[in-house]
Amino acid sequence: MPIVNYLRARPRLALVLVAVLLAALPFLVGAGLGKSWVRVLDFALLYVMLALGLNIVVGYAGLLDLGYVAFYALGAYLYAWLASPHFGLHLPFWAVLPLGALLAGVFGVLLGAPTLRLRGDYLAIVTLGFGEIIRIFMNNLNAPVNITNGPQGMNLIDPIALGGFALSKTHQIFGFSVSNAHLYYYLFLAFVLLVMFVALRLQDSRIGRAWAAIREDELAASAMGIDTRNVKLLAFAMGATFGGLAGGLFAAFQGFISPESFGLMESIMILCMIVLGGMGHIPGVILGAVLLTVLPEALRYVGDLQRAVLGHVAVDPADLRMLLFGCALILMMLYRPEGLWPSRQRKRELHAEDEVAAHESASLYDARG
Amino acid sequence: MALLEVDRVGKRFGGLAALDEVSLKVEQGEIYGLIGPNGAGKTTLFNCMTGLYGVSGGAVRLDGRAVHNRAPHEVVRQGFARTFQNIRLFPNMSALENVMVGRHVRSRAGVLGAVLRGARTRAEEAAIRQRAQELLHFVGLERKGRALAGHLAYGEQRRLEIARALATEPKLLALDEPVAGMNPSERRQMAEFFLKLRDSGVTLLLIEHDVKLVMGVCDRVAVLDYGRKIAEGTPDAVQRDPAVIAAYLGSET
Repeated sequence: MPIVNYLRARPRLALVLVAVLLAALPFLVGAGLGKSWVRVLDFALLYVMLALGLNIVVGYAGLLDLGYVAFYALGAYLYAWLASPHFGLHLPFWAVLPLGALLAGVFGVLLGAPTLRLRGDYLAIVTLGFGEIIRIFMNNLNAPVNITNGPQGMNLIDPIALGGFALSKTHQIFGFSVSNAHLYYYLFLAFVLLVMFVALRLQDSRIGRAWAAIREDELAASAMGIDTRNVKLLAFAMGATFGGLAGGLFAAFQGFISPESFGLMESIMILCMIVLGGMGHIPGVILGAVLLTVLPEALRYVGDLQRAVLGHVAVDPADLRMLLFGCALILMMLYRPEGLWPSRQRKRELHAEDEVAAHESASLYDARG
Repeated sequence: MALLEVDRVGKRFGGLAALDEVSLKVEQGEIYGLIGPNGAGKTTLFNCMTGLYGVSGGAVRLDGRAVHNRAPHEVVRQGFARTFQNIRLFPNMSALENVMVGRHVRSRAGVLGAVLRGARTRAEEAAIRQRAQELLHFVGLERKGRALAGHLAYGEQRRLEIARALATEPKLLALDEPVAGMNPSERRQMAEFFLKLRDSGVTLLLIEHDVKLVMGVCDRVAVLDYGRKIAEGTPDAVQRDPAVIAAYLGSET
């Protein structure tokens, strides 16, 4: 594509364009598709954060974690405990968010420690159990002492506010009316950029190489002097920290949380985002997270379409969603196992035969010529 | 004092004694060969020395410090690196990255350093990269740095594994059947390479089946059979040892 090549030669211009696009996006989307879509954008950013966090554990260190949502839940519940009428505490967000991330990070190590010897399927099962344990705890810790308010969830969580400026209200800025969804969009965008930055730096460092080595061959990694225990725990902790951060933002944004938001399906969904987008590759993971948040919302229109054409809803769009997901994943595994937007390296490793074949046909051509 | 001292090391797997009070001493600057028939316990001894197995008895000392029953990464830090009989590279990382991983134990940037990437981290990273490139050059793979390790030819993978081990700055490098599967001319090249390695100051411990190669390059040789050391000495002396001949060819009794 000529435009892509043009921009590739001018990275600074491309950066400015992307920045302008990202800044204008909520207004474009709000004007074009309606206000509810700005909220969808907010959720997409939250999932990008989660997917980037899980990508550290699964994509970098190769540890299959099916209980990632537990860290999301911990961050969210800690925010609710420290900033809602439930305990009567109303700490400011800049104190609560780091605490939530820290708590999740500590739990990441606690979960990691007993699973150090496990790999693959076994690790997946243990982490899956951990995810469920946290959810069930949240569901049942309303008696004898009401800590989590059980299945009813916790309500009236403080929004994020700096001084008197609450992100939960609509503000008039330079004559524009900027709704809460818009404001959270910019906040989440800032955090996404932060998480991206950290993930990128880690990937391309001594620690990132150690993770990759463990993913490739744990025994060889330890024989090369890598303390596999610490390095794996670090991956769990880093991933969990991002999960906890996203959880806190989620609680503040929604104003309400309940154990229902933190089920196994969430964990699987986040994992799907990574696999679909391209494991271990940050742009791919972001693409996967955005696609899997936006597409299900778009599918809602299928219900309207059915009503318009058939006069009634024949297939519930929610059911359709799962069907399409399943099909999409199967097709991906068959035809594009490296994901939609994989790193160059991963593409090479999965399509080595093509490369060899191309090389051979090229040399054949030389021989003929 | 010997560089490596293996002192009556025993290893039992259930009722089976894989190693029975094996003792040997490797001196600084020599190439020491470890030979023996299949199943004699050579690789088991390697694994006991490098921390992959715990020992059931005895001690292993490197430079006078105990390295047995330690985690593998601690043994590496002490200056004892190894390669594997069936090559264990990181196949989906580039050759250069493989060697850079070997520098892990001699560098120290943590999470904070990686994220902030201050002057010290950048300098360290540049040093890691440069050293890795030098080592690739040393093993003759300087043009393969960007290729995936898993895509390299067999002999190149063997040499890459050695470069990766050298990146940990070992005093003693243990090679487990480094010329297995190579043709005679590749074997000759490798033999020369071992001498070059020794001359660069690394002491070598070699497990090998190729008796000719062992006799050609090793300064001293020990022979294992059924988990026991049956002979030790210069290649010539060991070759004439009746116990060794019996172990390899079978005795008449």
